[in-house]
Amino acid sequence: MAVPAAVLVIATGALSLDDALAEAERLGPVIGFLAAVLVLAQLCDDEGLFQACGAWMARTAAGRPRRLLAQVFLAASAITAVLSLDATVVLLTPVVFATAARIGARPKPHVYACTHLSNTASLLLPVSNLTNLLAFTASGLSFTRFAALMALPWAAAIGVEYLVFRRFFATDLDAGARAPAAVEPPPLPLFALVTVGCTLAGFVLTSAVGVDPAWAALAGALALAVRALVRRRTTPRALVRAASVPFLAFVLALGIVVLAVVDNGLDDALGHLVPDGTGLPELLALAGLAAVLANVINNLPAVLVLLPLTAPSGPGAVLAVLLGVNIGPNLTYAGSLATLLWRRIVHAHDGEVELKEFTRLGVYAVPASLAAAVLALWLSLTVTGGG
Amino acid sequence: MAVVVWIVEGTWPACVDAARAHTPADADIVLLHVTPADVPGAAHGAFAGLLGRGHPGAHRPAEGWGRDPGTRLEHVAAASARQLLQDAADRLGRPCARTERTGRVEREVVAAAEGGDLLILARDGDRTHLGPHSLGPAARFVVDHAPCPVLLVWPEPAPGLPAPPPPPGHTD
Repeated sequence: MAVPAAVLVIATGALSLDDALAEAERLGPVIGFLAAVLVLAQLCDDEGLFQACGAWMARTAAGRPRRLLAQVFLAASAITAVLSLDATVVLLTPVVFATAARIGARPKPHVYACTHLSNTASLLLPVSNLTNLLAFTASGLSFTRFAALMALPWAAAIGVEYLVFRRFFATDLDAGARAPAAVEPPPLPLFALVTVGCTLAGFVLTSAVGVDPAWAALAGALALAVRALVRRRTTPRALVRAASVPFLAFVLALGIVVLAVVDNGLDDALGHLVPDGTGLPELLALAGLAAVLANVINNLPAVLVLLPLTAPSGPGAVLAVLLGVNIGPNLTYAGSLATLLWRRIVHAHDGEVELKEFTRLGVYAVPASLAAAVLALWLSLTVTGGG
Repeated sequence: MAVVVWIVEGTWPACVDAARAHTPADADIVLLHVTPADVPGAAHGAFAGLLGRGHPGAHRPAEGWGRDPGTRLEHVAAASARQLLQDAADRLGRPCARTERTGRVEREVVAAAEGGDLLILARDGDRTHLGPHSLGPAARFVVDHAPCPVLLVWPEPAPGLPAPPPPPGHTD
């Protein structure tokens, strides 16, 4: 739907063709980067990384739900940070559920942890979340500088989530479980792990020599793809599918539509709400505004709207917006009121979902983790001498 | 005698043992498991929050990044409920019926107990102390709304007896 809308805004002159092309040129590298990370994550799944992760969680949890929750937090935080939130939502969540079922633990805390961490743990690297990739290009930061500034907020937000989960789900975590039957653990996908490790090293190296880190992601994806093709574990068609071309087109179209909306008055309307400066109060206000906007219209359009308004204030402001748009969606089921409304319309016949508990968890977790993350960001910025 | 035994992950063995110990050998026993709808629901929601990934209009099952993890969760949940009921039936060692439901757990349990002569369930709250907190919200709702007699068991031997609170108006 975004693609016809993008065509429409150009056809009606709401956005000139030149502006649209400039936006496409700006978003092109971001979309390439995204495609490489998606392919990398899918190939890691093909190699058995997520199954091995499930076996590791079941074994080390040793029949204790609280241990399992800690393992899920570790696994989901690492996978979200390195392979993006899509990997946690689509690939890790079913594995976590199956793991909880295997050891007879109540699955709810662990599945909810995956959904929350797919947002909260996506703060660390530019590749963790599409919102980060968009902000990364706008902020002018290097890959390593981005990660260094976001490391403390990432850890703080995850730590707060963990404490909230331990308390909120105390009953379910007390219910017990049993140690899994001793079975032969699946082989460790060493090649995939080493490739992901080299890709991370590649991010550091490319940004040190001033090359676009997307090339490191592409190299990692290529290494796994060639091996999988040679071993006939995948097909060229499956690789194209893993790159999720319709989604890439959607991102491009969404960027053009949002630019048209921002250019046609939204920047003035929102401009006076966006605070200047990067002191602690301004960072808190920016993150709060971003979180509210993300909950109303979803975090992708929210970050596209807020980036041009905050980029002039410097990287600190852009990162505060990211904290808001990444952590904020945990407040609303389906990430935003717009998506929720849309689902209600499309799936009116589907069984009702218990929104009360989901929302109550969000009310505890989001303000606390967001405040902790903003404070941590302010500390990082202060210690390292501003953005 | 129709007996419904509510099977929940973690606490079910005590319920099965109670059914064996406290019901006649010819009782009609139903093992009941309810999958909470909000667990796959949370995965559906997280996927819906990933703007632009899913293809809700697609006629064939989505593949790759377009597949909704909530649907996979529903399949795994059904399989694990079957396995759990199988384990419970094995432990019971008597003929019994099995029922799987999905929805809001406490309401489904109350509905399933309708017309039964006994409902057996385990405490699901803080099990380190005797007292009202030993019932979690779900078991509390079921105990309060059950349309039949209820047998409430401790998942493991009950904790030691500290002095219960003094009666109202009591002075030493």
